[in-house]
Amino acid sequence: MIRILRSRRFYHYIKDISAVGGSLILLIMLLCAIFAPIIAPQNPYDMRTLYLEDSLKPPIWMKGGEAPFLLGTDDQGRDILSTILYGCRTSFTVGFSVIIIAGMIGVTIGLLAGFYGGLLDTVTMRLADAIFSFSTTLIAMLFLAILKTRGIGPVIIAIIITDWVRYARIMRGSVLSVKEEDYISAAQAVGASDFRIMLKHILPNAIPPIMVIAAVDFGAVVMLEATLSFLGVGVPINKPSLGMMISIGKNYIYAGKWWLIVFPGAALVLMVFGINLLADWLREEINPKISKGKLVK
Amino acid sequence: MYKCIIRRLAQGVVIVLVVSFICFTIFQFFGDPVLTLAGRYATQKQQEEVRIKLGLDKPFYIQYSVFLKNALHGDFGLSYVTQTPVLGLILERLPASIELAIMAMIISLTLGITLGVLTSLNPNFLINRVIMAASLFGISLPTFLIGILFILIFAVLLGLLPPFGRGEVIKMVGNWRTGLLTLDGLQHLILPAFTLGVYQLAVLLRLTRGGMLEVLREDYIRTAWAKGLPARVVVFKHALRNALIPIVTIAGLQLGELIAFSIVTESIFQWPGAGNLLLTAVYETDHPVIVAYVMITSIIILCVNLVVDILYRFINPKIRYD
Repeated sequence: MIRILRSRRFYHYIKDISAVGGSLILLIMLLCAIFAPIIAPQNPYDMRTLYLEDSLKPPIWMKGGEAPFLLGTDDQGRDILSTILYGCRTSFTVGFSVIIIAGMIGVTIGLLAGFYGGLLDTVTMRLADAIFSFSTTLIAMLFLAILKTRGIGPVIIAIIITDWVRYARIMRGSVLSVKEEDYISAAQAVGASDFRIMLKHILPNAIPPIMVIAAVDFGAVVMLEATLSFLGVGVPINKPSLGMMISIGKNYIYAGKWWLIVFPGAALVLMVFGINLLADWLREEINPKISKGKLVK
Repeated sequence: MYKCIIRRLAQGVVIVLVVSFICFTIFQFFGDPVLTLAGRYATQKQQEEVRIKLGLDKPFYIQYSVFLKNALHGDFGLSYVTQTPVLGLILERLPASIELAIMAMIISLTLGITLGVLTSLNPNFLINRVIMAASLFGISLPTFLIGILFILIFAVLLGLLPPFGRGEVIKMVGNWRTGLLTLDGLQHLILPAFTLGVYQLAVLLRLTRGGMLEVLREDYIRTAWAKGLPARVVVFKHALRNALIPIVTIAGLQLGELIAFSIVTESIFQWPGAGNLLLTAVYETDHPVIVAYVMITSIIILCVNLVVDILYRFINPKIRYD
């Protein structure tokens, strides 16, 4: 622990306002999401606590606002703040599930493709090219459009189908860049197995770039889940999701009920912004070619 | 060079075949077209007639070859809902989508690259730091939220711009109706085009800045400054040209994203384009429309990627065809 606190990287981290700010935002939102059942004033998905006469109330500081609905209510009488807290849980669940599963699949495929080359390499990389040019968003949308079931599971699968490609590419590149190094030949000479070489000598080199990809990806996945739910092909209407909340708010936009859109939107942007701040710092920290703030001329 | 193009074309054909196979399989196993076409209350005999008429009683590979043959002739069948040829439906709406996409691309390319170059020259200036922070914010805003906020601010609160539709259009050649030539059409275009362009703008800005920062450190740039060349020449001729190489690749690869987000944008602004048609088809389970859309989109994406690949080799003489 003390070693980490004393390391140069930690020093850079603590000195960087945006990195610390980003992680603080994320940490607070993560805690709110985890403890949502405890801190939320209302369980917005428990039908017994919803009353239609509470519907479409403005935030508490406006005329017509009422306690305990701090940020107002939606058309079903759900408290906006509580729904946001529950919606964040969905965002984090989808985000973490996708980066962990897609990351593991992608890293394994990239490692094998880069190390053994040959047909495996050609086929997976052609596949990756094709998937990449069609874009994760488009394929996930079309996949869910065809699939009739709605829910968190299908959304996670739809994103993973294409998302592993990012990890596979980075991993393969990093394998190729170290494969010819002397220490790999040395390991082979002393009789280390392929498995051991990949795990102990090649994988550790690729961890930093994969961390950056994972961080950027997390933000992208959170946005994608919201987009899919907004379009009505993601999370079903009786499950919490920030995208779904905004989609409901869209129906009341001309009625001037701005709080149905602005608050969930702000929560979504804050979450992604926090991740991106952190990812940005990580990228510059790892890539020595771009030095932050240094005058380059 | 020709060898390379031919190889890429062959790869493209393989991909289209794979896509068509997936589409066809989906067509087969999700939802029963007989039930949809014959109606819920059709008798056994009526259902059988529809099945024979559609060729669904034949084995799988024959059905697939018939599907391919028809698709090659531009026949993707009839829409379940409107009972009109699907290809016509999509082609009728394609111009609106293309106009929107091209406007968004113009906005993101010009603004993105210009701002990227400007911020890379003096990374520490306050204004440039503000632009960078704004761009980080820009890539944190999902497209659908940008669209809705635009409507809320510019249409509902300020009442400056129309919130939906395409406005007045003028009939051009054949099916092509354009909204670019009327004031009303242009006003309708502003919000959707910016909605679609903002994310790409932020991405391009950050890419350009990153590329420029790396290139500006190179020795040949120092030489160029030392020779006393004017800043304009150093920045645009020596630096930007080299920084642009990765940007062209990425911009080409972003086409898939552009199409995906145009579906979102079109649905928010009720833009009468192909993306909106797709979403309607999804809600109504209109399989022929979905399949045709996927096939046409994949062909467009592959063609554009091929063109970008060729362009890339022209602007980057370091790559020679092997």
